[in-house]
Amino acid sequence: MKWRHHGLIDLDDWTREELEIFLQQADYMEELLGRPIKKVPALRGKMIVNFFYEPSTRTKVSFELAEKMLSADVVNWSASGSSVSKGETMKDTAWTLEAMGADAVVIRHGAVGAADYLSKKLSRASVFNAGDGTHRHPTQALLDIHTAWKKLGGLEGRRMSIIGDILHSRVARSDIKAFSKMGVKVTVSGPATLMPRDIQSLGAEYEPDPHKAVKSADILYLLRIQKERQHQGLIPSFDEYHKRYGATSELVNEAGEKSVVMHPGPVNRRVEIASDVVDGEKSLILKQVRSGVAVRMALLYLCLGGVRS
Amino acid sequence: MADTEKAVVMTDDDMHRILRRIAIEIIERNKGLEDIMLLGIQRRGVFLAERLKKLFLEIENVKVPTGELDITLYRDDIPTLLEQPVVHSTSIPGDIAGKKLILVDDVLYTGRTIRSALDALMDLGRPDNVQLVILVDRGHRELPIQADYVGKLIPTSRSEMVDVRVMEFDGEDRVVITEGKEVDPD
Repeated sequence: MKWRHHGLIDLDDWTREELEIFLQQADYMEELLGRPIKKVPALRGKMIVNFFYEPSTRTKVSFELAEKMLSADVVNWSASGSSVSKGETMKDTAWTLEAMGADAVVIRHGAVGAADYLSKKLSRASVFNAGDGTHRHPTQALLDIHTAWKKLGGLEGRRMSIIGDILHSRVARSDIKAFSKMGVKVTVSGPATLMPRDIQSLGAEYEPDPHKAVKSADILYLLRIQKERQHQGLIPSFDEYHKRYGATSELVNEAGEKSVVMHPGPVNRRVEIASDVVDGEKSLILKQVRSGVAVRMALLYLCLGGVRS
Repeated sequence: MADTEKAVVMTDDDMHRILRRIAIEIIERNKGLEDIMLLGIQRRGVFLAERLKKLFLEIENVKVPTGELDITLYRDDIPTLLEQPVVHSTSIPGDIAGKKLILVDDVLYTGRTIRSALDALMDLGRPDNVQLVILVDRGHRELPIQADYVGKLIPTSRSEMVDVRVMEFDGEDRVVITEGKEVDPD
């Protein structure tokens, strides 16, 4: 097999076949997580810089774990307390990283297109997008399809409902595209104030009533409601949001019998999701976290090995 | 396969006899099958290990735990390969500590695959000993590694390829030598 990607900005140019090969690879990587010694020498000698302009816990930690399990050398660089806070431009920072010998840069940035910009400025190092503004979060989409694919035993013809703040969500944008590519029919729901205008162009249908949206859904995907949305006047209050759109056990029971509940984390209990649903048996939230490490291992392994042409 | 077939070096009957002989050798050398575990190296080694398992059952009426080992992530030649090798599954039937591991692969060539396999095994635990079964030893070792049980020694040139085909994967039991470009031994 010839794996043609050397980095990951977004999944738009990945074919369905590539996604399927990838999911299988991630599965084998997950087996490593259960071993007594969770480390293989596959990326020995590769230097990877984790460059996080925005706070992140699980994405950053799981990238770092994945890198370490593949024996890469890992450097963490955050915006605060570095040359970035002294006013260095991203372009100069990029060149600095490359001059230091970085083979890959994992970047999380608040600006749309940051990862793409960085990849164009770097001549040699690979770039992995760990979230750019409200645009894309491709590794989240990969771990989400991996978790659901594994649990449901395939995705073709399944139905998914994404509920919450679609407008500000890079996770929603990446997931709608990736799940659609895998043959899943995606419906979104949530307050109209939190819906993007171009929702159809992403390939999803908008259903304002969450009860209708979850009907016969196999995957119920909740998005985090950020605190500042209330101050912006986009939602009246958390309590009200919870009553109308929150994933209570009643709402979850209206979905398909074998449906699963997913959330990218961190969860706000009693806002977008009820506490008993988070801990309930349909919840795949912790499986998503575990998948997150396996998926990032598969990604780094496939993209950083082999000879560059 | 576009490469031209030069010679059939093992027919299906040959292969079956050789595997039976190796099975008996293993039983003889280990004085039975106590604590034995079979591990096939992905891909064709897995099928050969399954064959040995069946033979053990037939000859000694003992069910030997059998697993599969993928060594892709332990290879030292990934940076020199043009195409990225894909990972296959590893599944080990239980703890390998204290076991006599019988590692099974189709072709022994440079020895690098076995080196990787040994590294992978050491990460999984500490077996009592590791023994190596090889269907075809084609020479050209680059590391000091030898097999304990050899199906057939076939001297080759480096430009030739030894193509082991097994029923379960290729639809036939046969070993042929083909003339082709030097490719990765998987």
